[in-house]
Formats: sequence, C-alpha cells, structure tokens
Amino acid sequence: MAEASLLREFTKGLIKENPVLVMVLGCCPTLAVTTGVENAIGMGAAATLVLLGSNVIVSVIRRWIPNEIRIACYIVVIASFVSMTQLLVKAFAPDLDKALGIFLPLIVVNCIILARAEAFASKNGVIASALDGLGMGAGFTLAMLVISAIREILGAGKIAGIPITGEFAPGSVLQPATAFVMAPGALLVFGLVLGTIAALRLRRTRAEREARWQAALAAWREVETARSGPKRAKAGG
Amino acid sequence: MSEQSGKTGAVAEAPAMPARLVVASSPHIRTDESIPKIMWTVFCCLLPACAVGVSVFGIRAAVLLAVSTATAVATEAIWQKLTGRPVTIHDGSAAVTGLLLGMVCGAGTSVYVVMVGAVFAILIAKQLFGGLGMNIWNPALAARAFLQVSFPVEMNAGWPVPKWTIGGSPIFDPKYYMTAGQATAAGKTLPWGVDCVTGATVLHEAKEGLKGLTGLSPDLWAGSAPGCIGETSAIALIAGGLFLIYKRYIRWEVPAAFFLTIAALALVLPMKTHGSGGAPVYTWDYGPLFHLAAGGVMIGGFFMLTDMVTSPLTVKGQVIYAIGAGVLVMLIRNFGGYPEGVCYAILIMNTLVPMIDRFVKPKVYGTDPKAARGEA
Repeated sequence: MAEASLLREFTKGLIKENPVLVMVLGCCPTLAVTTGVENAIGMGAAATLVLLGSNVIVSVIRRWIPNEIRIACYIVVIASFVSMTQLLVKAFAPDLDKALGIFLPLIVVNCIILARAEAFASKNGVIASALDGLGMGAGFTLAMLVISAIREILGAGKIAGIPITGEFAPGSVLQPATAFVMAPGALLVFGLVLGTIAALRLRRTRAEREARWQAALAAWREVETARSGPKRAKAGG
Repeated sequence: MSEQSGKTGAVAEAPAMPARLVVASSPHIRTDESIPKIMWTVFCCLLPACAVGVSVFGIRAAVLLAVSTATAVATEAIWQKLTGRPVTIHDGSAAVTGLLLGMVCGAGTSVYVVMVGAVFAILIAKQLFGGLGMNIWNPALAARAFLQVSFPVEMNAGWPVPKWTIGGSPIFDPKYYMTAGQATAAGKTLPWGVDCVTGATVLHEAKEGLKGLTGLSPDLWAGSAPGCIGETSAIALIAGGLFLIYKRYIRWEVPAAFFLTIAALALVLPMKTHGSGGAPVYTWDYGPLFHLAAGGVMIGGFFMLTDMVTSPLTVKGQVIYAIGAGVLVMLIRNFGGYPEGVCYAILIMNTLVPMIDRFVKPKVYGTDPKAARGEA
C-alpha cells in the first residue's frame, strides 16, 4: 500500500471520519467523563490503547475468525485489552482510575472499538489497521478534549484543574455555570458541538455544490457559444 | 335557468373592473389578532405584578427586570442578524420571555446571573430549536431551571425582605434575617439596593416546619412576602390572568384545572416537613389557599402553563396537561427536596406535550371505521 494512503488511514479519524463528532459513536464516555480535560485525556489515551491493540489482533487473526461468531471473537479480543489497560491504569495512575470509575471497564462496550474491528480491521492489513486504530483513538481524544475544555471552562472556571484567574476567579462577578459540568451540560455542549460541525459541513457542501454548478454552467456556456457563437454574434451585430 | 342567467350576469360584469378581482383561498374573514398584539398584551398583563414586585423589593427589582428584558431582546436581535434571518424583536415574544425570566428570579440575584439566564432562554431554549413556535420548553422556565442548577448559591443566597407589610411587623422568624450590619460582621456583603435578606421564602419556611404565613394572610396575597420578584403578588397576577382570559388569549380551562388540582391535592396530601428531631413530620396545616398563593403557582398557571407554543393543541389535551402539572407541583412541594416545584412541573409537562397531543388527537370526520360500517 502506498505511503500516502497509509497516512490517510491515520488522518481520516481526526476530522473527516471523526468517530464522535461525525459518526456519533462512543457517546456514552463522551458524555460521562468530559467533566474535565484531565479525565478526557486519560479516557482518550486508554481507549486509544485498546483500539490499537484490538485492531492489530483482529487484523492478524481475521482469516481464522468464523464469520458467524465474529462479534463474539472481537469482544474477547477487546475485553482482553480492556483488562490489561485497566490494570495498567490502576497500577500507574490510581487517581485517574478513581476519576474514570466504571467507565474504564466499560471501554469494552465502546462502540467505536467494535465498529473499527468490524468495519476496518477485519478487512485490512495489520499496519493499516494499526494506523486506523491510532487515528480513530486520536479523533476520539480530540473530540473529548474539545467538549471537556468547553465544559470545564464554562462550568468550573478551570482548565485541566488549574483555575482561570481574572474575571472567572472565585468570588468575582463572573461565576462559572455549574450546569456545564453536570449531566445536562454534557448533553448541551455535545449537542452544540455536533450542531456547529453539522452547520459547517452543510455550508461546505453547499459551497461545493454551488461551485460544481457554476463550473458546469460555465462549461455549458462555452459549448453553447462555440456552437452558436457566430450566429449570435451576427444577431447581436 | 336562473342559475344560468346569474352566471352569465357575473361574466358580463367581470370585465368592468378586472383589476379588483382578488382570488385568495379561505379564510376570508379574519380577526385583527396578531402575534405582536397578543405578545404585547401579555407583556402589559405582567406589568401589575412587576409593579408590586418593585414596590415590595425596591429599585433593584426594577433594574433586574429591565436588564433581563433588554438582554433577551438584544440576544434575539443579534442572533437573527448573525444568521441572516428576519429580525422579529418587534413581535414582543423575546420581551415577554425576558420579563418572565426576571419575574421568576429573586430580587437579590446578581445582574450577571440574570443576563446569563436571558441569553440562555433566547439562544438555547428558543432560537436553537427554530425560534418562535418551535421551542419545546417555555424559554423563561428552561432558563430558570438552568440558573437553578448552575448558580445554586447565587439563586438562593438570600431573599430580600419586603419593604412593607400589611401587618406592619416582620412576618418571619428574625433568626433567618440578615441585615447589612450582620452581613458585614459575617464577612459577606448584601447585593446593592438590598437592606436585609432572609434565608427563607414562604415555602422554605413551610418546608422547615415553621408556622409563617397562612393561606389567609393578606401579605401572601398582596405580594409583600419573600420570593421571586414577580411571583409574590397573587392578586396582581390574577388580575392580569383574568384580562387574558377575557381577551381569550388563554383558555380558562388551563389555569382552572391547574389550580383545582393543586387545591384538591393540598387537602389530601400532607406536607413532609423537617421536624425538630430530624425525623420528618407530616402535616396538613398548609391548606389549599396557602398552596395557591405561595410560590409560583399563580404566575405559572396564568402565564407559563398557558404558553401557546408549549401547551397541547386541544382543550382536552390542555386539561390533561394542566392536571399533570398540578400533580407534579404538589408532589415536589410536599415530598421533594425542593420547596417549590412549579418550574420543574411545567417543564416536565412541556416535554410530554407531543405525547398528550397524540393521545387526544381528534378523529377526522368520516375516518372512523366503525362509523363507516354503520356500527357507531
């Protein structure tokens, strides 16, 4: 496979096929653990690790997996990596483990991971699958980072746990709106981010359609002028 | 034959004034009602209650009401300008939303919080859903709920004590009072324009098991009781509401069903109050009149439950919706953690409106299969 297309397997997950913001997968952790930037990065890193591992293994064993029970096989692979990740986090980042709570083991049912195993890793080579996993993981982390940054700034007046000084400082006039770090804020910010992206995509699609239409119109005019130009010119003169 | 000749006559007449023949589909006879007229009437009907609020809580209340209304109108104008939609602030709907939001905030709320609420009401609760006529929830109440969750301390820090009472003496237990001097001693500052705050509204007191105002207290009906700016004066709100009913802008069935449900449940359900020893005490002491006059029942029943956009389409549906809201109010007040439940009750019923509408969908004439077979 050419290098350019391998690179594309990585970059597509960031924006164009972003698992959260475009495919709307993995909403549960996106809503639940985006109360702060630290949680979002931790969750993103853990999910990326699982995604990378499961994509590679599923890709390696894809020819031996019977089609009828493939989902069960993917789940076994994913569950193994989730257990490993959970033990690693427990060992080296106990605070993060406490903050993520049940959502760390719940990565096993994160639909991004199953979706990539089913849609990509089971049909592609090992290197492409690894890059796909990394790209999707990065896209997941990026989306959670955006949402958690908005929520933490508006809802707690902090960014990554560090209080923002100035107007947002505790006791001053502008107080953070606690609703944003609570459950309603998660749905609200997620919806607003999705809406903004949908609006941007719509605008771009419209612009592209307009450009194609203009190009077609120009081409048609050219053909028309070439065919009936002399006659028109005569009429005009 | 006469029909024939008539037709011929019409044809013969037609060429005489061809320019004046306007062909339009029905309806041909219309009233002069319009959205701006209805909205500005509602706005005016809210003003008596606002006036009482300003007289009870002072100039700060007027500032908050003005800021809330102005912010709501400005937000609507800016959003519509930015998104290239026609600017419709003249229709008064944003002004009504802003005023209602100001009325359901305490007079001690900071100006910043009220502004955030007004922006939320217009931008998130109204415009993002498609603007006037498209919103699921009453924008003012959605903003009130947002503020309640976002600024729990700010929204309940202290309720300014009324500047006058009909009895002339303080209505509440002075241990809940905090004067400016006491606040300074405690290292706090009262909001400007407020001399004295109390930690408890009428419903807070009831929840705490204190015998404050009863349903027959003139203060409770006139409005000289701690509470939100525009909700305390039951009499002024009733006057405004009755005028809207007289103008037929709202249906009498909705507030009637709401009030009757609350009154009936106030007779039946006891209120769970905090006893002295920590164990809850159930009491029937607060009767129907107390529950109707205290808190936001009047402003909710006349001005929010009847919101044309967020209530069901048919009368039957509206009555179900009003009864549901009344039940929820009493359940939250008597057994819930919050002392007041009107805001959440109405928001929950707003959410259920599509289901209610489906449930009470009128049959289209001639589509009933039984009737078609001649069985009905």
